[in-house]
Amino acid sequence: MTSVSQAPPIVASAPLPKPRRRRVPSVGMKYVLLLIFAVIILTPVYVLLVTSFKGVVETDAAHAWSLPHLWSVDAWRQAWTQLSPNMKNSFELVIPATLLSTILGSLNGFVLSKWRFPGADLVFTFFLFGMFIPYQAVMIPLTQLFTRIHFPSGIPSLIFAHVIYGIPITALIFRNYYATIPDELMEAARMDRAGMFRTFWSVVLPISMPAFVVALIWQFTSIWNDFLFAVFIITDPSQWPVTVALNNTTGSLVTPYNLQMSAALLASAPTLVVYILLGRYFMRGLMAGALKG
Amino acid sequence: MKRIRRWGPGLLLVSPSIVLIAVFVYGLIGWNIKVSLSNWRQAQPSSGYAGLRAYRDLFHDPAWTLDLRHILIFTVVFIVGTLFVGWSLAFLLDKGVKGEGFFRAVYLFPMAVSFIASGIVWRWLMNPAPGDRETGLNAVFDHAGLHFLANQWYLGQNWGMAAMAMPAIWALSGYIMALFLAGFRGVPEELREAARMDGASEYRVYRHVVFPHLRPVTLSALIILGHISIKVFDLIVAVGGKQLITQVPAVYMWIQIYDAQDYAKGAAIATLLLIGISVLIIPYLVFTVRSERNA
Repeated sequence: MTSVSQAPPIVASAPLPKPRRRRVPSVGMKYVLLLIFAVIILTPVYVLLVTSFKGVVETDAAHAWSLPHLWSVDAWRQAWTQLSPNMKNSFELVIPATLLSTILGSLNGFVLSKWRFPGADLVFTFFLFGMFIPYQAVMIPLTQLFTRIHFPSGIPSLIFAHVIYGIPITALIFRNYYATIPDELMEAARMDRAGMFRTFWSVVLPISMPAFVVALIWQFTSIWNDFLFAVFIITDPSQWPVTVALNNTTGSLVTPYNLQMSAALLASAPTLVVYILLGRYFMRGLMAGALKG
Repeated sequence: MKRIRRWGPGLLLVSPSIVLIAVFVYGLIGWNIKVSLSNWRQAQPSSGYAGLRAYRDLFHDPAWTLDLRHILIFTVVFIVGTLFVGWSLAFLLDKGVKGEGFFRAVYLFPMAVSFIASGIVWRWLMNPAPGDRETGLNAVFDHAGLHFLANQWYLGQNWGMAAMAMPAIWALSGYIMALFLAGFRGVPEELREAARMDGASEYRVYRHVVFPHLRPVTLSALIILGHISIKVFDLIVAVGGKQLITQVPAVYMWIQIYDAQDYAKGAAIATLLLIGISVLIIPYLVFTVRSERNA
């Protein structure tokens, strides 16, 4: 790449071999391609919406892709009856787990970037590995441990698991964000002989809003969508979060398509609403997940 | 002493998390390895040592061989497909188009939906059932007179896992687009400008200036996609259930615990998954944290 940018000016007058002209797509072409991709990506949404408003008779091959002739909310009503207890479970799980892990993340991120101790990078790497492991590798002992120490079963144990395994990602999000705060700000607080907690509380926390939004959205989405922890940890069906219940209702082939689709939409509604309202913060969380902001 | 007073509180504040991670990540991994070496092969826990028997059983198990084949096909198609689509989207968006925010939001939205939910619609789209039970893409092909394109999708005998990669490509292309877009935009505009001044065509600007800058991003993308692929679980459960024809290691582990109640074998699969991921992730972590320190 340097060879291109450092061409010596003297040679400019010499006849250059004519570069092969290859075209970069024109603007119109770009829009066409971008739109095609958008249509493909939104196709499943069309199918979900259209099918969820059909009556059972219209879910056959002849009407597979068409709009419903008779719009019906029967499937939605049925999905709501079946899934609402589990939606409630999911909220009872997601709200405390998200809040706890985000608060923990802000403290960890603050120390690991702004109130560092010797070996802080090592500790951070030690945390990060926990983000990538296949959770299957801890699942058997984890369920064993919960039974042995008589940890309250059901949702509380799932909250606990999500808080612990959320430590790495939340620490990462906050550490990346706090790294952008100028060190002078910390020094100024130190000059005022402010301790760690006062510095955190009155200097760092007031400007932490963006990182909190990113971490909250990220944790909300991933805990709401989690299936793996729930399916291993929760044995009592009345405690199932909505993902497990959804898989259970739609897993059988006798469930009509309209019910399957309305149930899928219902179970995804909270994260979709969050995404539509706060999507740009969601993207920042994603980028943090790639380690480099 | 003064220095300890300075950093001591920080260490103290992080120490509960350090202990939790030490116990629940590293401690439990050790415990899981111990289970994999035990003779706990039934519902009742047992801690007798059985050496590598569970691993040996696994490698003599035809289902495991099939799992490895499945995960290999899935990984290749998934990574190549997602890199291609994600890269293309970023390339198209690179110079800024009107409505970029809208396009980005559309491409990224699948990340907000669980595989359990999107798996349901993909099962409909890739339904191999014929006749009046036909749905999804096969119905499209038939209506368009392209009967020969209708196929078995994820239930195909040999290459079903290639179809199984489609929902995964759909879900993660937006993410890879975001990564590459950041990569494209990270190329200093002066470099592109300088190349143009030297008479380079726009194609050559990309070829010689922009693309070489994307190597680190491509590596990150490969590693992220690779580790997602090795762990794939929800998607397979949602689309294929527990069928052998779509079974992968993570699903087999689940079956070993819940249906066969062979804990040692389940733990052995989990350990092998962990090894697969570690080979990919540990060098990446060490490299990233080190290069960050040098920056």
